[in-house]
This record gives sequence, structure tokens and C-alpha cells, in this order.
Amino acid sequence: MEETLKIVVLVKHVPDAQFDRHLNGEGFTADRSESILSELDEYALEAALQLAEARGGSKAGNQVIALSMGPSGAVNAIKKSLQIGATEGVHLTDDALAGSDAAATSLALAAAVRHLGNVDLVITGMASTDGETSLVPAQLAERLGLPQVTFASSLEVDGNRLTARRDADTSSETVEATLPAVVSVTDQINEPRYPNFKGIIAAKRKSITTLSLADIGVDPAQVGFSGSWTTVTNAEQRPPRTAGTIITDEGDAGIKLVDFLADQKLL
Amino acid sequence: MAKVLVFIDNPGASLKKSSLELLTLARSLGESAVALNGELSDAVAASFAEYGVGTVLRPSVQDLDEFLVAPKAAYLAAAAESTGADIVLLDNSPEGKEIAARLGIRLNAGVVTDVVAVDQDGTARKSVLAGSYNTACKATTAVSVLTLKANNVVPEPAASPTKPVTTTVEVPAGSTAAAARIIAREQKVATGRPDLTDARIVVAGGRGMDGDFGPVEELADALGAAVGASRAATDAGWISHDAQVGQTGKTVSPQLYISAGISGAIQQKAGMQTSKVIVAINKDAESPVFEIADFGIVGDVFDVLPQATAEIKKRKG
Ligand SMILES: Cc1cc2nc3c(=O)[nH]c(=O)nc-3n(C[C@H](O)[C@H](O)[C@H](O)COP(=O)(O)OP(=O)(O)OC[C@H]3O[C@@H](n4cnc5c(N)ncnc54)[C@H](O)[C@@H]3O)c2cc1C
Ligand SMILES: Nc1ncnc2c1ncn2[C@@H]1O[C@H](COP(=O)(O)O)[C@@H](O)[C@H]1O
Repeated sequence: MEETLKIVVLVKHVPDAQFDRHLNGEGFTADRSESILSELDEYALEAALQLAEARGGSKAGNQVIALSMGPSGAVNAIKKSLQIGATEGVHLTDDALAGSDAAATSLALAAAVRHLGNVDLVITGMASTDGETSLVPAQLAERLGLPQVTFASSLEVDGNRLTARRDADTSSETVEATLPAVVSVTDQINEPRYPNFKGIIAAKRKSITTLSLADIGVDPAQVGFSGSWTTVTNAEQRPPRTAGTIITDEGDAGIKLVDFLADQKLL
Repeated sequence: MAKVLVFIDNPGASLKKSSLELLTLARSLGESAVALNGELSDAVAASFAEYGVGTVLRPSVQDLDEFLVAPKAAYLAAAAESTGADIVLLDNSPEGKEIAARLGIRLNAGVVTDVVAVDQDGTARKSVLAGSYNTACKATTAVSVLTLKANNVVPEPAASPTKPVTTTVEVPAGSTAAAARIIAREQKVATGRPDLTDARIVVAGGRGMDGDFGPVEELADALGAAVGASRAATDAGWISHDAQVGQTGKTVSPQLYISAGISGAIQQKAGMQTSKVIVAINKDAESPVFEIADFGIVGDVFDVLPQATAEIKKRKG
């Protein structure tokens, strides 16, 4: 039997991309009224659950902790993670966190991970579907002084050794690191499961711990708008694209396509 | 005048266009230096001179490529400190962004990714939320770290070339201690087509290609275009995952994007809706892709694509 693992999965509550998304208010932050668990974080959760299950799951003492930093609504991302199978939830929330950029977010998340103690693995999504910067995993690794294995399309853990595959444009790499480590996973790594009825019932009994900045020993001045190292000075909505000419093929649409390209000087 | 440091990783025999774009932007903002990793060939050294680089820095160790990003960030941080850089510029590849991320923490510097332009005062321009907003962002720190998207700057040599001075930067000891090690690397075969992220034209196919990407590739070759795909097509294995355009694939903004047999899901649109001109071919008139197409054809890809390819070949003679 393998040793048990304590895994933290970072889950973010993000505006649903199926609706129009808006930037507004102080610092042009994203409007979070229609928000969901970032779908790319479901791959991180699935990867964590598979590692835990291979070691006997929660019965054997494996922990999969869903950690989210965000306003009150972010608890929904944690609840969904518990329904899918995380063993417990941690919600880092504090008014002073509003407006945090990646540097400030990684500072707060690093303090939360330290506060949880003895974490073997932090698994994240490849990017948040709102910020889309992919900065947080690498900055978290730098802050925690841990190896970073990002964009993993496969992940294996054997004792305290981790092996992952990364696919870049010109090459594929096999990467090795020792635990503890920070890993981000791509959407190629697995097929995330859906919450089932049993999971939804079981989630009701799982605990969610709420942490404030004081709980994790972070000075409010280091995060939020004041602690961020970047500021958004302007944001303008682009006019949405509009439909152009639509034709139905009557046997010569290929030729009409070339005429259009010639007109646009694209040939 | 601002001091700008450009990171160039393993240029090989000659500088890529995106590297020339970085050097051009750097020079427009101030005095430029390069932190190089890898070989410095004569051709690359000549390009540095031509593009007005004052100093070329090289790492004291040769094994940076054996590790994932962390030691490269440590090297670059040392290089930025030794040159007193106000701005550090990197390319916008996944690795460029990750090095930027760690560098930012090391230098206490704000990081802006996906930059398309930089004003004289250091304000960076980028679009967010899948291209639906244009924003201006600025680092509030003494140093700013910016990653520049390809194809947004026109490469231009300096009015008068420089004679760059080469110096060595001591890579901090212990920077590999907590780094992931790359234990194997498999090179992929080159397709011979333009690079998807900076191609002028992209022809992309989706599930509608039904396992046969031939018509997409033939049209791409007639147009000198790169080949793209939806996730449905790459997941099915009809074409390499490198060709995927979208939220979890590549973001492209070519002059022309031809979408064939793709429905236009939100995750696909996220990667292509800032293209200048969009052409869509789909047999379902209700497909959402038609909402964003400048020219839409309701028709079968297996009729339309080969006919267009033949017509282009005929006109080009
Ligand atoms: C987390 C996540 C990330 C994702 N990331 C991406 C991403 O990066 N990129 C991406 O593309 N998708 C992504 N997707 C998937 C996305 O949601 C869609 O499922 C996908 O884009 C659909 O691909 P498609 O349009 O080729 O297939 P479909 O939606 O099945 O559409 C096929 C289209 O082809 C048309 N068609 C069929 N036969 C023909 C014919 N003979 N001639 C003409 N037209 C024909 C049909 O009318 C239909 O409109 C992601 C999904 C998730 C959940
Ligand atoms: N506020 C947050 N709470 C929890 N996880 C986060 C948060 N922000 C970012 N992450 C994690 O970091 C990953 C990359 O985010 P980003 O750097 O914003 O693209 C996400 O997929 C999440 O796993």
C-alpha cells in the first residue's frame, strides 16, 4: 500500500463564459453574479481524486482539500467540489482580498497552504477561465519554494517521486520532481466525473472551514488592490462581432469564397 | 531612459520573428540588453547588433534546459538586477509566461501577460475575457515584467547598428535544488507549414471533417496557411493536439480564419474571435459560428473546400 496523500486542489469561482461577461466597478474587476466552478479546475480535482483513490481513498486517510479564495459566492465552487468527491473544503475570504492580482492571490494562497500544514501536493487548473494568465501556479510554487510541474497531461506519484508529461509545440517532455510540489494539469489529463446522487448527499456532511487573513497571518496591506503589483487603468468593451454575408451553396460556393478572398485582398 | 531586458531562450541558428519583435519593442522603450540562454551563433550575434542591443548577458551555467523554468527565472532575475532593468520582456509562450511569473515574485515586480502594445510610460495593452474587452494595465512596482504576444510589432532594425558587449551572469547557487527535472524530451516532426500562432492565414477543421483533414490541409497549402482544429477534431485524433485553437489550445488572430465543419462553441470562439476576417463553412445554418462570420457558407465542407482549392490554384496559375 502506498503512503497516504494530503492534496490541496485550488478551485476558483469564475463568471460563467456561457453568458456575456463584464468588467466593472473599482479596478475593472469581473462581475461575479453568474459564476461557476472554473471548468478547468475540474481536471485538477479529478487528478487529485484518482491519486487518492489509488491509495485507498478517504477511508485510508487520504485528504483532498478543495481550497478557494474569493467572496462569499465562492463557497459554491467548494460545495460543487465536495459533491464531486473532495473530502473537505476551505474557503479563504476577506474583504481586503478584493482586487488581488496574481501576485497577491499567490501570496494569500501560499499562506493558506502553509496554514493547512504537511501538504504533499497542490494541484491547480492550467488557467482560470476568467484571468487566463496561468500565473498563479508558478507564483505559488516560487513563494512556497516548491518544485513546479505545470501543464501536466499525465501525472503519477510513486512514494515521494512525481512523474508527469508535458506537451509543448516542438517537443514532449517527461518531468520528474520530489514531493511536496505544485502541479497544474491540462484538459488532456483525464475525463472529470460529474457529481452523482450519493456524492450530493455525502457532501452535506463534509466540513467547510472559513479562513480570514488574520487566521493565516497575512497583513491586509499585502493583498487586494493595495497589495497588488499591477493595476488596470482602463477597460473598454469591444464591439461584438456581427454576422456578415451568409450564402447557401448552390454548387459554386467554393468559387464565391475565392471571389470574397480576392475582394478582401487575402489571396 | 528606461532600461529594458529581453529574454531570448535557445535561439538556435537565427532569431525567430517573435524575438525580433521583442527587440524592436525594447528599443522603442529605451536602452536594450538581452539575457540569452543557449548558443550564441554568429547570425544571432549579428541580429543583436542590427537591432541595437547594447549588452548580451549569458548564464554562468549550461544546464538550465534540464529543468523546468525555475532556474531560468533565477538567472533572469540576476540578469535584471545586474543591468538595473526597469522592464523585462519575454515571449508569450506558456514557458515565457511561467518564467515571467516566477521572475515577478523574485523581483517584487508586477507581471502582465498577453501584451499587444506598450506605451512610452510602460502601460501595457491587452485584451481579456476571450477578446471581449481591451484593457490598459500597468505595474505599480519599480520593475515591470511583460510577455508580448507574437505578431503585434513590426520588426525593424535600428537606424545604426551597435557593437554589443557580452558578459556573464552568475546563476545563483541552489536555484536547481527545488526544480522539476526534465528526464526525457521527444522532438516532434515539423509540418513544414507556418506556425499556427503567428500565421497570416489559418484554415481550421472540426468534427464536420469526419476523420479526413485532407481538404483542410490542401486549402491551407494553396493559401500558404497554418492548419488549426477544434477540440472535437484533436480529441478524435484526426490531427495533432498542437493544432487545437481555443480556450485550452492556441489563441490566434490572423488576417483570415477559415472555419470548416466547426460549430463555434464558446471555447472555440475564445481562441479565434479576434481574427481580422472570419469565413465559416458549415452545413447547419443554425450553427453559432455564423454569428461571428464575415462570410458564411451553408454547405458541405467536402464540396466547398476542394472547389475553393482548385479555384485558388487556377487563379494563382
Ligand atoms: C474545459 C473545456 C475546454 C475546451 N477547450 C476547447 C478549445 O480550446 N477549442 C475548441 O475548439 N473546443 C474546446 N472545447 C470543446 C467545445 O466545447 C466544443 O465541444 C468543440 O469546440 C466542438 O468542436 P466542433 O465544432 O468541431 O464539433 P461540433 O460541435 O460537433 O460541430 C461540428 C459541426 O460540423 C458541422 N458539419 C458536420 N458535417 C459537416 C459537413 N460535411 N460539412 C459542413 N459542416 C458539417 C455540423 O453542422 C456542426 O456544426 C472545450 C470544452 C471544455 C469543456
Ligand atoms: N482565487 C483563487 N482561488 C482558488 N484557486 C485559484 C484562484 N485563482 C487562481 N487559482 C488557481 O490557479 C489556476 C490558474 O489561475 P490563473 O493564474 O488565474 O490563470 C486556476 O485554475 C486555479 O486552480
